Parts: sequence; C-alpha cells; structure tokens
Amino acid sequence: MQFGVFSVGDITPDPTTGRAVSEAERIQIMIRVALKAEEVGLDVFAAGEHHNPPFVTSSPTTTLGFIAARTERLILSTATTLITTNDPVKIAEDYAMLQHVAHGRVDLMMGRGNTGPVYPWFGQDIRNGIPLAYEHYALLHRLWREDVVDWEGKLRTPLTGFTSVPRPLDGVPPFVWHGSIRSPEIAEQAAYYGDGFFHNNIFWPQDHVKRMVELYRRRWEHYGHGSADQAIVGLGGHVFMRKNSQDAIREFRPYFDHAPVYGGGPSLEDYMAETPMTIGSPQQVIDRTLSFRDIVGDYQRQLFLADHAGLPLTTVLEQMDILGEQVVPVLRREFAALKPAHVPEAPVHPRVAAARAGGDAPGVEPTAEPATAGTPASAVSAS
Amino acid sequence: MTTSRSLVVVSAGLGQPSSTRLLADRLTAAVERHLRDAGVEPAVQVVELRDHAQDLTNHLLTGFPSPKLQDAIDAVVGADGLIAVSPIFSASFSGLFKLFFDVVERDGLAGMPTLIAATGGTARHSLALEHALRPLFAYLNAATVATSVFAAAEDWGTAGVAADGSLVERIDRAAAELASAMAVRAPRPARDRFADPVPFEDLLKSQ
Repeated sequence: MQFGVFSVGDITPDPTTGRAVSEAERIQIMIRVALKAEEVGLDVFAAGEHHNPPFVTSSPTTTLGFIAARTERLILSTATTLITTNDPVKIAEDYAMLQHVAHGRVDLMMGRGNTGPVYPWFGQDIRNGIPLAYEHYALLHRLWREDVVDWEGKLRTPLTGFTSVPRPLDGVPPFVWHGSIRSPEIAEQAAYYGDGFFHNNIFWPQDHVKRMVELYRRRWEHYGHGSADQAIVGLGGHVFMRKNSQDAIREFRPYFDHAPVYGGGPSLEDYMAETPMTIGSPQQVIDRTLSFRDIVGDYQRQLFLADHAGLPLTTVLEQMDILGEQVVPVLRREFAALKPAHVPEAPVHPRVAAARAGGDAPGVEPTAEPATAGTPASAVSAS
Repeated sequence: MTTSRSLVVVSAGLGQPSSTRLLADRLTAAVERHLRDAGVEPAVQVVELRDHAQDLTNHLLTGFPSPKLQDAIDAVVGADGLIAVSPIFSASFSGLFKLFFDVVERDGLAGMPTLIAATGGTARHSLALEHALRPLFAYLNAATVATSVFAAAEDWGTAGVAADGSLVERIDRAAAELASAMAVRAPRPARDRFADPVPFEDLLKSQ
C-alpha cells in the first residue's frame, strides 16, 4: 500500500498570527514538504493544480520535475490535473517528459476543477465539465498508446498524423487515477479504462464514499479488468496529531475554524463525526485510517492533506515526522496483514517496481502494450 | 388493493408552535382526506426546516449535507407530492425556506405535484405567493397546483366553515387539486445513479 501527502498550494494566513507567507515562501514550503515525504519514508507526493489566487501551484510538472531531481524513490503525482481546461496534448507531452526525467516515478490524478472562471480563462465552458473530462481523456489515452494519432472530437481542434513526444518511458504510459467527490460518471469512466479511482473523502460522509467506490469496483469487474476487489482505490485523509488528543484539538481548532473550505461552518467535533477528518493522537489516526478499509475494502493508496490552512512549516514537518515514525509503519503492517494475496498493489512503472524489489533499476525494457482502449495502463505491481 | 402515495410537508415556520406549521397541518389533513376519498393511502412526513437550520448553513459552506439533512432532502426528492409552506418576510419567502430549496439537487422536484402556501401578518402580503414562491417552483420544474393558500393572522379568527373565499374553503380547494394530481401520477420510481449507472459507451455517445 502506498502512503503519501498532497498539497493544494494555498496561501492562507496563519489564523494564530495573521501572517501570510509570500508566493516564494509558499512554493519553497511545498517543495520542502515533498522532500520531507521521502525523508520520513512516505511513498507519494501529489501536487494540486490551480489557476487563481490564493494558490501558487499552476505549473505542477515544473514543481514535480524539480522534486524528481532531489529525490530517489518518491512517486510524484497530482491532486488533481485538470483534464477539462488543460489541452490533453500538452498533458501527454508534459507528463511523459516528467516520467522520463523521474525514471518512471510518476502517475497522475485527473480532476475536473470546480472553479467556474477557470473554464472561460482557458477557452472552455464549465457546463461541458463531464464531456471535456471524457473527450480529453479519451484523446490523452490514445496519445500515450498510439505512436501516430488521427483524431477528431467536438471540443478540441482535430489532429492528423500527430505523434506526442517523448513517447512514454519504456512504452508504459503513466498510471492514471480519476478523482471525483460526487460524480458517479467519473467512477464509471475510471472503471471503463481500468484506471484507478481516488476519492478525496475528506469532504464527504462515509456512506457516500462507500457508494462511489462500490460503483467503481462493480463496474471495473463489469468491464473485465478483474474482480471488484482488485480495482485500484485511493483515498484522501485529513489528520492532525499530538501525543494527547486534547492538545491536537486545541492546537488545530483555529486552523479549522478559519480554513477556507469549512471555516464558519460546522464545529470541529461535528466535522470529525461526519467526515474522516481525525484530529487526535497517533493511535486515533491509526484506528480511524484502518477503519477506511471497512468502508471501501482493501485499497492501494492513502494520501493525507499536509500543508494547508496556514499551518506553519515547522508544524507541518512535525506532523510528517509523526506520520512517518508512528503512524504509517503501523498502517503498512496492519493493512498488509489484512490484504488477501489476489488484491494488487497500485501499478507503478516497471523500473520503479524493480528498484523497490531491491534490484538495480533495469535497463530499457520496452514493454509496449497493445493499443486497445480499456487496457490497464500498467499491470505491473510493486511488491 | 389500496395504492399509497408519499406526501412530504416542508414547513419553514420559526416559532414553536408557528402559524406556518398550523397552516401546513391543516393543508396536510385536507390532502389526506381527499387522497383517501380517491382510494389512495397517504404516507405523510413533515420536514420542519427549523430543525435543519444549522445543517443548511453548514451544507452551503462545506458542500455536503449532514446525514439528518440528507434524509430530509431524500424524503422531499422521493415524494409523490409536496406541500411547501413559508412565512412571508420582506416581500418573499423566508431565507430559511430558500436555503432548503437551494440545496435540493437539480431536477429533484421536476414534475412533483406541489402545493405552495404562506403565512403573514396581513393579507397585503398574499401575492408574495404568486410573485416569489410560484416562480421559484416553476424554475425547479415542479408541477405547482393552481390554487395557493395564504393565511393572514386575521384568517385564523374567521369561522371554520367553507364560505366562498374563506381560508377553510381555499385549503380544501388547494388540497383537492394536489390530491388529484398525486393520485393520477404514477408513484415516483426510486432514483439511484449508483445502482444503475449509465454505461460509459452511452455516456460518450450522448455528448
């Protein structure tokens, strides 16, 4: 199972001091968090993508490319890549390039984006959100699997004789997750392609998360990718820990009360009861996270929101130390003991899988796969 | 064989007891009577919006409903008929009333037989029903019955007999309209986008 952190790159004033960091500081904080993820033994860092203040993260491949150069084993991902307003041709090029630069340590999470004005700023219409997600992804899927593409759709200019370069590393496209909080159509899309499905369940009640994941699993099996319990599921999580849970709640409450996404709404206590947010001791976080398995089944990736809501960098790094030292090792052990052998790990690039298996990264071993729609991006699992 | 229809009553009254709830209860009783006369067994559920006021605000801010509020939304969306009653504040429905219908999913009320009603201090507010509530439910594609019912404070002091144009007569007329709309309409099928997903090929083709 993979564990990691994701950053949305928000500049939010620290409510306890009123101070907001500069863009320059915020970008360095994101990078520091990513490097820390590898230092404390996490597997994944995922960068958000936004095109409006107060966010700083408009160019994820630049950020991730830099992080790739400074890390050895961390998987670089996104949370999320805007499949609607980005040109799928540019996504194909940028992330294939990143995949080469990072020696295969790359996957992506597709999302639609819910900031209305971003659509017209990029020449699109939010009312086409789902059609854009379908059409753009269908094209991206082909661009990574067919050397020469002739394509015509409704929402982008046609292509004749186009080759997206560089070709995916070793002929293996980056693995793709599809993220959605509330749209069953996206779970259906993920199942159709045999891609991963990620539910950022930090904002939603458990029974809804359960229904979305059950739909994805059932349809995954329907489309012939394996049994429902072999589908590739990821979850978001939102934690803040201190040795004593009361200290954690006391320290985190001002950040909760003023956070852009839930400030002014429910109490911290109600929010914790209704969503998977866990503010407490490391043991409470362990217990709560293990309980996610009861809701969605054996799953492959758990990401935690790290730097956000104006939390000081030192606090964020302390939280990551606790995650790496006290929480994730226990979760790895417990989840592994519960997982049946036929349930796969999340697919990673063959080079990454080989490196993790203990051997040196192999030379180029082309494993180009048939250009059939619906084929899983990679059937190779980490051990 | 007795058929049954679910009737959900949304009341935005603030006081306890409130005249809005009083009107809602009179309307409910009248609709139940007309349904039974038509051989239909009513199943009534009342949603007091006051009980959901905090959750409605939280829903707007966090983007998801509490389980309790979700139950209320599900009840309304799944109903065969709706009675919606608001006090009139500042020439329109109350903010609490609007909050609830703001968070009901799109198309959730499409085609729903609906009776709109309101309360106010004097009859001078009565046309707010036609200028505010009726357009709201037209926007939501609800099938609002022709007669709406406004109860001013003074209406509660009139004799409880069905004189032409009296509150009692208007309640009965509106209730008859709603009951007949509910009785002729097939029970609403359960909508579950999770149990019966649209296949991906169809989703692609429908673009």
